[in-house]
Amino acid sequence: MSRKKDKLARPPGRGSVSRRDFLRGAGVAVSGGLIAGETTKARAAAGATTPILGPGKVPITLRINGKPQTLELEPRVTLLDALRNHLDLTGAKNVCDRGTCGACTVILDGDPVYACNVLAIEAQGRNIQTIESLTVGGKLHPVSAAFVEHDAQQCGFCTPGFVMAVKAFLDHHPNPTMESVEKGLGGNLCRCGTYVGIRKAALQAAKSVKGGLHNA
Amino acid sequence: MEAFEYARPTSKEEAVKLLAGTWGETEVLAGGTDLLSLMKDYASNPKRLVSLSGIAALKGISSQPDGDLRIGATATLQELIASPIVAKQYPALVEAAHGVRSPQIQSLGTVGGDLLQRPRCWYYRGGHGLLAQHDGKSLVPDGENQYHAILGNSGPAYFVNPSSFAPILIALGAKVRVHGPSGAREVELSKFFRTPSSESEREYDLKPNEILTEILVPAPGGAKMAVYEVREKEALDWPLAAAAVVLNTSGKTVKSARVVMGHVAPIPWPSPEAEAALAGKTISESVADEAGKAAVAKATPLSKNAYKVQLARVATKRAILAAAGGA
Ligand SMILES: Cc1cc2nc3c(=O)[nH]c(=O)nc-3n(C[C@H](O)[C@H](O)[C@H](O)COP(=O)(O)OP(=O)(O)OC[C@H]3O[C@@H](n4cnc5c(N)ncnc54)[C@H](O)[C@@H]3O)c2cc1C
Ligand code: FES
Ligand code: FES
Repeated sequence: MSRKKDKLARPPGRGSVSRRDFLRGAGVAVSGGLIAGETTKARAAAGATTPILGPGKVPITLRINGKPQTLELEPRVTLLDALRNHLDLTGAKNVCDRGTCGACTVILDGDPVYACNVLAIEAQGRNIQTIESLTVGGKLHPVSAAFVEHDAQQCGFCTPGFVMAVKAFLDHHPNPTMESVEKGLGGNLCRCGTYVGIRKAALQAAKSVKGGLHNA
Repeated sequence: MEAFEYARPTSKEEAVKLLAGTWGETEVLAGGTDLLSLMKDYASNPKRLVSLSGIAALKGISSQPDGDLRIGATATLQELIASPIVAKQYPALVEAAHGVRSPQIQSLGTVGGDLLQRPRCWYYRGGHGLLAQHDGKSLVPDGENQYHAILGNSGPAYFVNPSSFAPILIALGAKVRVHGPSGAREVELSKFFRTPSSESEREYDLKPNEILTEILVPAPGGAKMAVYEVREKEALDWPLAAAAVVLNTSGKTVKSARVVMGHVAPIPWPSPEAEAALAGKTISESVADEAGKAAVAKATPLSKNAYKVQLARVATKRAILAAAGGA
């Protein structure tokens, strides 16, 4: 029974994996112990050549908003936590952390994803776009501008995720209808109930984007 | 989530070597839309994750020379929706993928992961184990069982199979190919799912060091097909009851039918009773209704889920009518 508290506060590198127990179970060849906080070296399993990384920190390079950034992270760190806790990109919000609300939506290689559903280590080599990239030189992206104009937020906590979901949707559907917008934004929840404003904003943004009011 | 080791092999042979022979030691990571949540809830605490994202051989959707459709285990729901072959020949698969309304899940979630996603049973997700037992007795029959099984629920498992694709793929006669330490094997999807009898078993026929590599769907040969789901919410949720129907017809007469219900039992639940009620008939509202009734005739609802009997009946009826209607 695992009614455990979240263990993220634990010192890095000291997971509850008992290395010795695991070796017995899975036949893994390991050289050297694990020192808290130290970046772990890659190893390989018996008979396999694929490097095994972690559970301690490993170098991870992420291409975020066009810029490569290298971090030292444990394999268990999600893309959402890497953005928020390690790169100070706090636009994507952590609400459910279970892929059920959309507040953490970012765009990965052109498609919307929940950043809480992706491990940072798995996002390497891919183009990650966050809401921080939408404002260029203080000028709002047409999607963000349409949200302002249509009063498409109340508390605003779902807003960055919704803006990214709308952007990804419009990138793929430049000629939306009210019905297609409603379906296409099915991956985001707003507890304040601002859906009507958001849908209107999406339709207007589609027009502005076509009219050349484009940032990113 | 506990700390774990991570490996990203580039071949299925390597993937298999990296997996342990005991459940729970290692886990396979596809899109992660289910697995990461299980790990955050400590319902799964693997010591190593083996990612499939680097294995090109598991990707893609294509027609095989023999006419079968091959869906790579890591093809995403989004790729399935965008596939012209699937849209043309298997419209019900596209419908099933659209049922998972969130574009974010569609772009990450894989078809293999959909088939192998773990039950949504809140006792399981809350850390009470797959069979939700306390002192050898399941918490479900006297507990909060409103989303649990109405068929195949004589125990010890009461959860429902959560996959939107399993019922329609079974109705279409799909097989899955599995790769393990001693090579590849194929299993009829209709025989792949099973009701676990102990905590150490899983709800599907896979060994801990095997991976699902592809799904093979026979050419539909003019069969009519549809899925129908009843949901509580429009999105970000799983169906309460669903049905998949494939009809082989001659003119207006049904020669043979396949009817498989979802979300009603620990495994996708085929209904030979509904199939018999359709054989030789011309589909009408009343024929479909009779078949729906037959599909749930043996239902044994728990204390709080009798409403699901009616939902499953209606889902079956409507799937039959939708299939006959053309689509
Ligand atoms: C909010 C929400 C709503 C959803 N609604 C629905 C719905 O309506 N219908 C529905 O069917 N699904 C639904 N899902 C589930 C989602 O569709 C599936 O979770 C997704 O397709 C799973 O794919 P994945 O690649 O992300 O799986 P993962 O999370 O990567 O894996 C799921 C499980 O399968 C195992 N696995 C995956 N691939 C393989 C393989 N090739 N070989 C061996 N083991 C493997 C993993 O080890 C894990 O145990 C929903 C999910 C969320 C979060
Ligand atoms: S925080 Fe990621 S979907 Fe809710
Ligand atoms: S504005 Fe408050 S949650 Fe959407």
